[in-house]
Amino acid sequence: MANNISSLERYRRQVIIPEVGKAGQQKLLDAKVLVVGAGGLGSPVLYYLAAAGIGTLGIVDSDSVDITNLQRQILHRTDDLGREKVVSAKEKLNSLNPDVKIITYNLRLDRYNAKEIIGEYDIIVTAVDNFQTRYILNDACIELNKPLVEGGIRGFDGTLITIIPGKGPCYRCIFPHNVDLEKGELGVMGAAPGIIGSLQALEVIKLVLGIGKPLSGRMLFFDGLEGNFSEIEISRNEECPVCGKKDKGE
Amino acid sequence: MIVNGKERDFDSGITVNELLEKLNLSKDTVVVEVNLEIVPKDQYAAKILNEDDKVEIVSFVGGG
Repeated sequence: MANNISSLERYRRQVIIPEVGKAGQQKLLDAKVLVVGAGGLGSPVLYYLAAAGIGTLGIVDSDSVDITNLQRQILHRTDDLGREKVVSAKEKLNSLNPDVKIITYNLRLDRYNAKEIIGEYDIIVTAVDNFQTRYILNDACIELNKPLVEGGIRGFDGTLITIIPGKGPCYRCIFPHNVDLEKGELGVMGAAPGIIGSLQALEVIKLVLGIGKPLSGRMLFFDGLEGNFSEIEISRNEECPVCGKKDKGE
Repeated sequence: MIVNGKERDFDSGITVNELLEKLNLSKDTVVVEVNLEIVPKDQYAAKILNEDDKVEIVSFVGGG
């Protein structure tokens, strides 16, 4: 097994953190995380999770690399133009850390395939560019009781929330009605998903290690131009059609 | 009234709809939370806001 605690040298600088330790590193090596989207958010999420030694990483994306991706999607390079994003991503991540087992899904997640794929993983990360896939992931994660780390970006800004089924609000508690998206192309400065994606990776690591305070029940907002973070508390909606019946707390 | 963490000088008694109009926000692109509860969209016209309410307006940030 590549994922053995004996090769800890690579992880030394995180293993010496008291909250991590050898036992924590073993948890990371044993963890299975699914990242949906290998684009702007997916790039930093995947880089940092692979580097930290998350043992199994699943990557879902149906797109190929386009020239307009490269100002923000740092997993992909000019030489990758036209290649499948999951293939390009896997290559970079394998090269960064061969300990990590990478499973690719060159497909678009939908209501029919979501549960089967998600069922194989411990934690799911939303790194997608649309509302529909967020709803699909939310609903499947609530049903299968999997934590979901959700991020979004626009311009210089971003948002982040961790959805823990039965504990905090789900995506439908927050966005009960379909919100109209801006039509046309969305502008994004590449460093913004760099920030939000890095925070998503940190949320995953905290969840795996069972340390710190997850961003559940509160949504974090990053305003890149102002240079500040703020957060708001959000409660569960008891009448939520998706998570309303789950038991609260524990 | 506190809107998105800042004290704002809106009249007591305005509705969520009126608040969004004053802020020049489309009700189709945001969700509104009043005192930690999300207000269903079909109640925007009826929901009255008071001086001591804490309002959060959340835009959907959907890029990835």
